[in-house]
Amino acid sequence: MSGREGNMAEGEAKTVFHSVKLDPERCVGCTTCIKKCPTEAIRVRKGKASIIAERCIDCGECIRTCPNGAKLAVSDQLSMLGGYRVKIAVPAPALYSQYDEGQSVDRVLSGLLELGFDEVFEVAEAAELVTSATKALLADASLGLPRPLISSACPAVVRIIQLRFPSLIPNLVPLIPPMEAAARIVKERLHPGEEGVGVFFITPCAGKVTVTRSPLGYERSALDGVIGLKDIFLPLRAAMARAPERKLARAGRIGLEWARAEGESEAVGERRSISVDGIGNVIGVLEALENGKLEDLTYIEALACPAGCVGGPLTVENPYIAKTRLRKREAEAPASVTEPRPARSLDGLGWSSPVKARSAMVLSGNLDRALEMAEEILVLSAALPGLDCGSCGAPSCRALAEDIVRGHARQTDCIFKLRETIRKLAGELMAMEEMLPPGLDRE
Amino acid sequence: MTIRRSVPGDDFSQAGRASAELKRILASIGVDPRIVKRAAVAMYEAEMNMVIHAGGGLAEAVIHDGKVTMVLEDSGPGIPDLDLAMTEGWSTASDIYRELGFGAGMGLPNMKRNADEFHVESVVGKGTKVTMSIDIRSPEPRA
Repeated sequence: MSGREGNMAEGEAKTVFHSVKLDPERCVGCTTCIKKCPTEAIRVRKGKASIIAERCIDCGECIRTCPNGAKLAVSDQLSMLGGYRVKIAVPAPALYSQYDEGQSVDRVLSGLLELGFDEVFEVAEAAELVTSATKALLADASLGLPRPLISSACPAVVRIIQLRFPSLIPNLVPLIPPMEAAARIVKERLHPGEEGVGVFFITPCAGKVTVTRSPLGYERSALDGVIGLKDIFLPLRAAMARAPERKLARAGRIGLEWARAEGESEAVGERRSISVDGIGNVIGVLEALENGKLEDLTYIEALACPAGCVGGPLTVENPYIAKTRLRKREAEAPASVTEPRPARSLDGLGWSSPVKARSAMVLSGNLDRALEMAEEILVLSAALPGLDCGSCGAPSCRALAEDIVRGHARQTDCIFKLRETIRKLAGELMAMEEMLPPGLDRE
Repeated sequence: MTIRRSVPGDDFSQAGRASAELKRILASIGVDPRIVKRAAVAMYEAEMNMVIHAGGGLAEAVIHDGKVTMVLEDSGPGIPDLDLAMTEGWSTASDIYRELGFGAGMGLPNMKRNADEFHVESVVGKGTKVTMSIDIRSPEPRA
């Protein structure tokens, strides 16, 4: 239906599509990324990093940490706009944080029109609807939802819960994210039934690219393309300089806030809430919640990137500078959209399909067999040096032990084990050299 | 399989390691997430109790025959009145731990609520031994 297939990697099954990819030309086979991956989804094989698709949550941590720029996020190109009659940009509010305060939101949006879009619809405007829907869910005890509710706006957080904290799936806010709400408003309410309408999300986030292909909580995305913020940054800056400035900014503070840490909690206005950013910190909070420590909270805003979406792997500015800029823009904006275009209702924002646990961390479908394997892993990792040096290509000795038990690696992949084996062999060779048959022994 | 870890009593940053490891192993063998959570809560509470009240001790978890049995043994001051200690809201934790969010008096009751079998032996001046087991094949706690 669209040119997307041509722009993104081809031939990938729906369930294993990932935006995060490796550029083998740039990868030198160092072990920086394997250590930083929160799901131990990367191994170095044959001198190159390879991603275990089933475990990847598209958090972009490897993109952030790769010293050689070998990890990238595949997104769509501006050239695909040509395939549509009406081209509509839905920019994430994080986009506004990438340009300094001298550039108004009106100017940024005018620049998008100059670049070839026919209309713009701010994701921040849709975020206001999701805010109201979240408030309604929190206020309605009859729904029987557990507390605390965990925001489902960050796709990497939803995916890490599926993979590592499946007991917390019922706590996820069962609402579609603002970008999807924006796309649906454009297609269903502003251009109902029209042919040739293309909706393009401008994103700071690799996970959002993936989620458009393999949605979480709904069947099919209304978006036609997802353009990485850093790909559009320079052409947009040039377009902003030459575009006549038009009055286009509509979104209020409540929607803009979603792009940074603490913003969502402030927007939702829940007093007993916690805001956590950075995937390592998110994991810490989810661990504490699973240990029964945070049950007096009502809301958790968890964002995988430092400082929130403004720190996404597809941004160009420092996350904290971007966050400060966004706060200034919030202060200048009205509290909420002045003249709401779509009807303010919850209709259509709820999940239409369940978010399920992912089993990529489970050793075997048979509990007894899995237990045997877990025991082997424990024994094997105790026999490894425990240095977590990464030379074997696995992030830790325990991960190597698991790879061995799963049949993906050998004990001698450990250079210390290899050296031990060689030394033992050398000793045996020396001993054999001493053992000459009596007929040849001249001494 | 047996996991045995010593729980240091002087390093609060290490507290929770034994329960985190048990949780990871239970999840990796495919135990229902609801059971994993119950085991994690029970083990974590017991582990924290050893750190807060007893200066550390030994934590052991045995996964065998469809259940996980957790034994946490310390050489701490012991519990003078077990019935009182089992009362929700009763706590002897010092202010420093209360400031950290502990000492709500939910430790032992929480362990009992999450475990299928719960047993505590304590001798004043000698120490405390908490034994808990959870059926890893059925998600609801046995009444």
